[in-house]
Amino acid sequence: MSIEFRKDLFADERDDNLKEVGKPTRRQDILGHVTGRSPYYDDHLFDGLCHIRCVRSPHHAARIRHIDAGAAERMPGVVRIIWPSDVPRNLNTLLSLLDFGKDDEPLLAPDQVRYRGEPVLAIIAETERQARDAVAAVRVDWEVLPHVLDVEAALAPGAPVVNAVYPGNAFEYHKRYNHQKLRFGDVEAGFREAAHVVEGRYSMSPIEQAPIETCGAIAAPEQNDRYVCHTSTQALFFSLGTAAKLLNVGSNRLHFIGGTVGGGFGGKVDSLHEPMALLGAILTGRPCKFQFDRAEEMQVGAPRGAEVWYLKDGIAADGRLLARRFVGYFDSGAYTRLSSYAVQKATGHLPGPYTIPNVYSDVFCVYTNRTPATAMRGFGITGVDWAIERHMDKVARAVGMDPMELRILNAYRDGDMKAHRRVAKNCALVECAQVAAEKAGWPLSANALAASSLTGGGGLRGALPAATATDQIGRIGPEDGRPVAPLPAAVTERAGPAPRQPHPAPAPERPAQTQSRPTQGAPGGAPSGAPPATPGPTPPQQPQPPLASPEPYRPAEPFSRGVRRPGTGRFSSLSGTRRR
Amino acid sequence: MARIPLQFRLNGSEAATFCEPAETLIDVLRRRIGDLTPKWGCGQGTCGACTVHVDGQPQLSCLTLAQTVEGRAVRTVAGLPNGPELHPLQEAFMEHFAAQCGYCTPGMLMAAAALLERNPRPSREEVVEAISGNLCRCTGYQPIIDAILAASEQRRTA
Repeated sequence: MSIEFRKDLFADERDDNLKEVGKPTRRQDILGHVTGRSPYYDDHLFDGLCHIRCVRSPHHAARIRHIDAGAAERMPGVVRIIWPSDVPRNLNTLLSLLDFGKDDEPLLAPDQVRYRGEPVLAIIAETERQARDAVAAVRVDWEVLPHVLDVEAALAPGAPVVNAVYPGNAFEYHKRYNHQKLRFGDVEAGFREAAHVVEGRYSMSPIEQAPIETCGAIAAPEQNDRYVCHTSTQALFFSLGTAAKLLNVGSNRLHFIGGTVGGGFGGKVDSLHEPMALLGAILTGRPCKFQFDRAEEMQVGAPRGAEVWYLKDGIAADGRLLARRFVGYFDSGAYTRLSSYAVQKATGHLPGPYTIPNVYSDVFCVYTNRTPATAMRGFGITGVDWAIERHMDKVARAVGMDPMELRILNAYRDGDMKAHRRVAKNCALVECAQVAAEKAGWPLSANALAASSLTGGGGLRGALPAATATDQIGRIGPEDGRPVAPLPAAVTERAGPAPRQPHPAPAPERPAQTQSRPTQGAPGGAPSGAPPATPGPTPPQQPQPPLASPEPYRPAEPFSRGVRRPGTGRFSSLSGTRRR
Repeated sequence: MARIPLQFRLNGSEAATFCEPAETLIDVLRRRIGDLTPKWGCGQGTCGACTVHVDGQPQLSCLTLAQTVEGRAVRTVAGLPNGPELHPLQEAFMEHFAAQCGYCTPGMLMAAAALLERNPRPSREEVVEAISGNLCRCTGYQPIIDAILAASEQRRTA
């Protein structure tokens, strides 16, 4: 397989002396793989190994009235039953290790289950078969509760509360919003200006990672009052911290050993198996293994979350995107795990690789009675990317434009300002589209063929819009059950709510500084304005067509990460609720 | 539970152990004998990671009752190399990037070895057919098919 670098496209950006890239190489672990000697977690043998299996909910939502495990306890081979009360600290959220979000998920559900397959009890037995038989002998008296499996239904008034930790069925961002915001420019002005407005709804199902090795862990007592844990985890120290928290022991008492992971794809970060296997070893003094069987891997193993996206674009007659609005719903399932972070990833990715001067987004991390979602291969990005590109095709049809040309026209150029207030650099979408068109025999116009990521960007395209709503004045969701904050009296009502707004009476959105914006500028009442401190000619807040000048964009100063990036400080914090 | 004595040949050597009546071959190989090369992926005969040879035929060790191999010859990946020399299939898998996480690799190798033993010059279609009972989540199969074909070429020219 040969790799075509097309260095002609960026001849002055890097040299040709690559020593490794593009050349076949041999995996460092391949000899172990072909001889069957690579050490997976389950390749560690312990005398007297016990097996842990869980009693799981057959219902999407139910209260546990009573559990009768008496018969199971007396069955042959049963060593011990693990009750929720045996878990020293039976409430956690994965990202609490990063101070992000509230503890919302028990290791074993003590009184109520919130998704089908949620564990309520674990049984330790000498063989796996004995553990299975004992699980089958447990009698649970369920009081079935109403459930909700759809993200939009979950946000509708009167929906069943999935998890009382988040009574609005949505994760809380910045301690006040039930969604993550992105505000850049003024989309309503962009829609008014537009020759075409195109709307679309896109939805993705959950996807299971489906590794060939199922998730699992083996734990055993070690000398010096420590416990060893062999695990399939993709995130060894993450699992170590999670286990130490749930078990309320110092992490120095837990000896975690990773190894070869038999396929992860994101599905082996949830750290459910390590604490359970360790707890079994602590309670029994014997080595214990906790492993998903294939059915559990598929039903209970956390998938990539489902997503629903609404897109609305305003497009100029010549195909330039003037405004794009997103409302997204990320299905977190019954618990948060990593979905709060997925939403932030998604938001940081908007509006896709296109220079659009007015962007608006509300993305909700929604709780439903589905299997909790977790990491999987670009989770938070791939779903919305798919929606964006489908929408680009729809836009191309609506405006009667070639879809490749539409993308080339609107693609980021070096020096353009992105909606999340970083300057675009090292852009290559134009060139990718050109090469893809060439390979596919897709005819392009002379303009599209002449386009380059290196030219046409920067300048006005690199400026922050003057009229961007800040989140202090934007639409405010419920704040921890407190009344919605009143808005300044001067703010005027505006139409254009997002489709099927989940919360009644969304506060109108209009940033205060747009009240006094000058009306001169771009023709046709295009949103325009200048920073208050710099009166004078105002830059039209419209997408600028890529400049014809062949002069490549050069940043005024070297790009640097950190707090000096343009626009930083407009948002109080990049993360949400900070709480242990 | 009554234990049953069990003797068979494993990779050319005598193996003897006790097993329980419903115990599967993969559990006997891994837990009782300590040959960890067959991998457990599903326990229901759908993934093929546990494939071994029984009297030269590829067989799913997770669905094979251990008692049924009494007196027969079992071969696992541990029995593929010829002393210090790797099997041509193992070499070809290394050369062609035919493994990523490696968990399906032992099963793939045993399915492929059975194919080459009964058909030293398989077509691409025959290779695909031979590994159709083995799931790989990582590679997309093409490097595996290429490696098996390369191993058969090597055998042809050797």
